Amino acid sequence: MSADIRRRLIGWEGLLLVFLVVVLGFNMATNPRYLEIGNQVNLFTLGIEKSIVILVMAFVIMTGEIDLSVASMMGLAAAVVAALFEQGVPMEIAVLVALAVGLGFGLINGFFVAIVGIPSLAVTLAGYIGFRGLARLLVEDRSVGSFPDWFTALGQDGLLGPITGPMLLYLVMAILAVTIMHFTGFGRSTIVIGNSVSVARFSGVRVARVKIAIFAASGLIAALAGVLIAARLGAVRASTADGFELDIITVVLLGGVSIFGGSGTMIGVLLSSILVLNLRNGLVIAGITGNTQTGIIGLLLILSVLVPNLVGAGRERFRRRAADRAAPPPGTSGEGVSVRPSGG
Amino acid sequence: MDALLRRFRPEQLRELILLLVIVGMVVFFATQIDQYLAARPVNRITTGLAITAVVAVGQVLVVLTRNIDLSVGSSVGLVAYVVGTLLTRWTEMPPLVAVGLSVGIGVLLGAINGLLVAYGRVPSIIATLGTLALYRVVLVEFSGAKTVTTADLPDWLNDIPSANVASFEGYDLRVMVAVALVAVIIGQLMLRYLSFGRRLYAIGSNPDAARVSGLPARRDVFLAFTLCGALAGLAGFMFLVRFGNITVTAAQGLELQVVAAVVVGGVAIAGGSGSMVGAFMGVLLIEILQQSLLRWAEISEFVKDAILGLLILLAVATDTVVLGRLRERWVRIRRRDQEERLAAAPGEAADVR
Repeated sequence: MSADIRRRLIGWEGLLLVFLVVVLGFNMATNPRYLEIGNQVNLFTLGIEKSIVILVMAFVIMTGEIDLSVASMMGLAAAVVAALFEQGVPMEIAVLVALAVGLGFGLINGFFVAIVGIPSLAVTLAGYIGFRGLARLLVEDRSVGSFPDWFTALGQDGLLGPITGPMLLYLVMAILAVTIMHFTGFGRSTIVIGNSVSVARFSGVRVARVKIAIFAASGLIAALAGVLIAARLGAVRASTADGFELDIITVVLLGGVSIFGGSGTMIGVLLSSILVLNLRNGLVIAGITGNTQTGIIGLLLILSVLVPNLVGAGRERFRRRAADRAAPPPGTSGEGVSVRPSGG
Repeated sequence: MDALLRRFRPEQLRELILLLVIVGMVVFFATQIDQYLAARPVNRITTGLAITAVVAVGQVLVVLTRNIDLSVGSSVGLVAYVVGTLLTRWTEMPPLVAVGLSVGIGVLLGAINGLLVAYGRVPSIIATLGTLALYRVVLVEFSGAKTVTTADLPDWLNDIPSANVASFEGYDLRVMVAVALVAVIIGQLMLRYLSFGRRLYAIGSNPDAARVSGLPARRDVFLAFTLCGALAGLAGFMFLVRFGNITVTAAQGLELQVVAAVVVGGVAIAGGSGSMVGAFMGVLLIEILQQSLLRWAEISEFVKDAILGLLILLAVATDTVVLGRLRERWVRIRRRDQEERLAAAPGEAADVR
């Protein structure tokens, strides 16, 4: 395990680190106070909900599946809180109901993927459309706000100095995610499933159970993130968190997790999480606006897969050519046994 | 059941069921809504589904190869905006040039997707999720937040939506609907009779086997994406014609509508199975359902997406569970029939084996 981590540190994770330093350097050059704790806290607050969902999305993608429904789930959870609050339900109960809805729909997603055997792309595409539809049903085209003070304070006020509650929660969850992924049996099961479902099954991994657990967690944590975004913004619309799935999936893939599952590290995901936040902030400093930022993130997403592919293909070709050169031409190899280059 | 399975393949049976569902739905709404089958609402619904149908034809080509193109909505929007802007500046542009330009831009956008997926080996969901964002940004940058308005467009363009190929007692076959039907029919014939079409199925059902047996899998996937782009370009032109007013958010979310229609129409998201006719019925089902629900006073506009999501899940779940069983049974029946035939005519057995 540690050798694997060391190898990756000089590989993809190292590259991310270099990139991060470059972005930070650029941002520092334009704004000397950039790295001050206040600014970094602000930065993190803006993307905290996405950061939280990214942690669980890493598990989903690690098994070779995908969950396109997380952003709609965030919107639905926020809408559930808002709609119940409007009906006079106490906020605490509204939040619990929203979390239960997330867990329930996550279980349903998991059931269809793991038990019925439908591709997760199709299942969560249905969720992507359906959950947003339910959110629209609940809050229609209104903007629901004026939540109790304690609720909005939860999302906005510092708990430990300037550090907010959600941020502390994120720190705990990030440590948990790294631990679960790389130091527990569950994490190893996750990675094995991503590598090969049949290998996992033959080694006694309960594939269906692990997948259902991960999709349920995905629903629950997306709902939690939805509640947090409602608290931070202090108002909920049906379009809350619209389009977040692109960012969330991009960060996971940029972190070096393979879309086919089975390879990547949680450290890489955390690094790319920080990188994308700072990059977005740098783009704001450079005067590049929201929509264009999304385009640049999209470009990054493509490049994060394309470049390693091209480098891999180039290296492969180079190795094969080197092997061809190293191997003696057929016929000259002593006993007439033709030696074939073993590259590949 | 067995008799049915002797006559139809499970996939054909599925399309038959879909057709029955559509007919049942129309009959149901006809009893619920006044004037449901009158000429005017029927014309509106058929015109409404033309654009989705054209994009769906392209999407089927891609999905058959076990890929997906999520960028079509952005492509349609980009083409509609660019061509619309050019038409407002150069109003004398001949219609054919405008159409050609639309398809041309579409080909370019599709080819970029194809290059990334087939030759760059970027998984299609990543590549097209990326270009979904990128193409939209190009549109935003290009537009400078201005809109194309109907008033600035040439008259011939604004006349197209109401132009008819044929008309019967007020029921019109609009030009746009005719274009969509032609696209579906050509697409179906291509899938059935061209070796390119057959290869798409082969690639989708087992990409490794297709490559190992020497099919030009990369080139075919590239072509599928390029054709999908071309059709999205054509749909972009139709979008411009139909709506006239084009903003930077034009056709946003169309990709989901299309993927939903294709999946509901029985094209397997894991590739290798499905047909144009099925996908077209998927478009019909979704469009008719949505339009009718809007008119059905008892249901609010906001239920639309919730129902669409449910519909997709239902369609895919039935596909996986029911169709899987039917297929097993179909294989069993065919094997049994064949054995019976062999037993009846033992002399031929040697030839068959």
